[in-house]
Amino acid sequence: MGSYLLRKLITLPLTILLIAFSIFALLSLLPGDPARLVVGPEASPEAYQAVREKLQLDLPWPVRFGRWLFGLLRGDLGESLSRGLPVGALVGSSLTVTLPLALLASVIALMIALPLGTLAATHPGGLVDLATVGAAQLGMAVPEFWLGILLMGFLAIWVQAFPAGGFPGWERPGAALVHLVLPALALALPRAAYLARMTRASLADVLAAPYIRTARGKGLREASVLGRHALRNALIPVVTAAGLSLGHLLAGALVVENLFYLPGLGRLALAAVRARDLPLLSGAGLVVAGMMVLLNLVVDLAYGALDPRIRYR
Amino acid sequence: MRGLGLKLGIALLTCSLGLVALGYLWLPADPLAIGGDRFAPPSLRHPMGTDWFGRDVLARVLVGGRTSLGIALAAVALGAALGAALGGLAGLQGGLPDEFLMRGMDFLLAFPPLLLALFLAVLLGPGPWGIVIAIGIFNVPYFARLVRGSLLTLREREFVLAARAIGAGPARILLRHLLPHLASPLVVQLTVSLGTALLAEAAFSYLGLGTPPPTPSWGRMLKEAQSYVALSPWPAVFPGLVLSLTVLGLNLLGDGLRDLLDPRLGRLTAWLRS
Repeated sequence: MGSYLLRKLITLPLTILLIAFSIFALLSLLPGDPARLVVGPEASPEAYQAVREKLQLDLPWPVRFGRWLFGLLRGDLGESLSRGLPVGALVGSSLTVTLPLALLASVIALMIALPLGTLAATHPGGLVDLATVGAAQLGMAVPEFWLGILLMGFLAIWVQAFPAGGFPGWERPGAALVHLVLPALALALPRAAYLARMTRASLADVLAAPYIRTARGKGLREASVLGRHALRNALIPVVTAAGLSLGHLLAGALVVENLFYLPGLGRLALAAVRARDLPLLSGAGLVVAGMMVLLNLVVDLAYGALDPRIRYR
Repeated sequence: MRGLGLKLGIALLTCSLGLVALGYLWLPADPLAIGGDRFAPPSLRHPMGTDWFGRDVLARVLVGGRTSLGIALAAVALGAALGAALGGLAGLQGGLPDEFLMRGMDFLLAFPPLLLALFLAVLLGPGPWGIVIAIGIFNVPYFARLVRGSLLTLREREFVLAARAIGAGPARILLRHLLPHLASPLVVQLTVSLGTALLAEAAFSYLGLGTPPPTPSWGRMLKEAQSYVALSPWPAVFPGLVLSLTVLGLNLLGDGLRDLLDPRLGRLTAWLRS
């Protein structure tokens, strides 16, 4: 475990370095002139020259990459071309929306998935079981943003139970949370269906194990068999799947934010694409990719911590 | 139960692909024609209603399917070809090229496809090519891992040794002896990939990264309908429904084929006879 962690901690910065280089290469090494890309074909020579200077395109590329990396180490991601603000501050403030949204969605997903999956596994062939299997298939086929549109139409416009979009900011935590409910639901429901199927399959496997028969044989109550013996083991793969789901949710959040007008990372990245704001896009991209890599590592380690049978080499 | 899923999948796919194919022979209306009643609810004249511009939604769903399916097919074809080639190289060569290629694939798996699509949208400008490449590249590692993994076990099997013993060259062994074993896992992966590619295409078009208007695609139709969902839900309901049912059909077909084509089970013949 120790040497595994050590090796991971060595490869982690290398992976992030590789990601940083890929982003840099994609946006500034490919044939074509980045400054021309930013200002468009009909810009005045002055505007073109200004952007060239701002992007420091007259320097050779290793120097530019080095400067970007060096800034990165100090938490400085450069300055946005379209908004004139530091990229780090823009990305940071957008994360205060995206991360809570993804977290809320995964909490909702687990709160739906665990009871449903348990009920389905303990009553195989029952109504809940069939509904879970069916819902899981549907959940994997329905795009989150379509579910979001339907939820918006139903719960925000027809019933008017929730706001249809926008975000009041965290100064009013209650109102902010209410604005996150519909987008979180849109993200959570498909994931919940998937996780419920996972719980069902994993728990059904465990329930067939001999030690469960032993537990029942020595006269334990069913609740105790389930809670103390079966679920503890059955939930290990589910926790892993939920962790990896967080990555899915993050990607989905980028799309759903645009539907509900939430000022998160997805809206920021899309605005950067529309304005062809290369520094902002690189910064946002690096943060997203970096979070994915970190998340995968955490899930990896959590898996080992939860299941002592797994030995890392 | 399993057979049911497969049959349902085939039925769903026949319906949605049949609808798109029908669009080439007959359209209920001009999908781009503006006018008539706006936001008409479903009726005999407009089975899926009309949108904000009074365009027939069914006609747009039929034509939009061409864009969505076309982009998904092109992307999966790109990903499968590239992935199979790289995976084949890694699996047959082994050693350093294998290690190098597979670490590259791990890296690709960690790179969010949406990010790649956003970058390519900036580089290539509006149009379908950015998202075809982004979804294609996203699919490469899945095919590479599948082909490499299968080849690693297959190449040690006795029938390969036997073929080599009777003097077959590497090309003949690859094409005549190894490829047929790869066919069924590849078919399963293709079906599943096509489903995720359709979902990704819809998401990217929804964000405005795909084909520019007025060309419809299922994702773009949802984007347009979303702004007016307070006035009429129908333009938002039907494209999403057709998209979801197509993906559902592909997933069910993939799951069913995985069971059927598993050579150890030998169920295909039993199923075909039933």
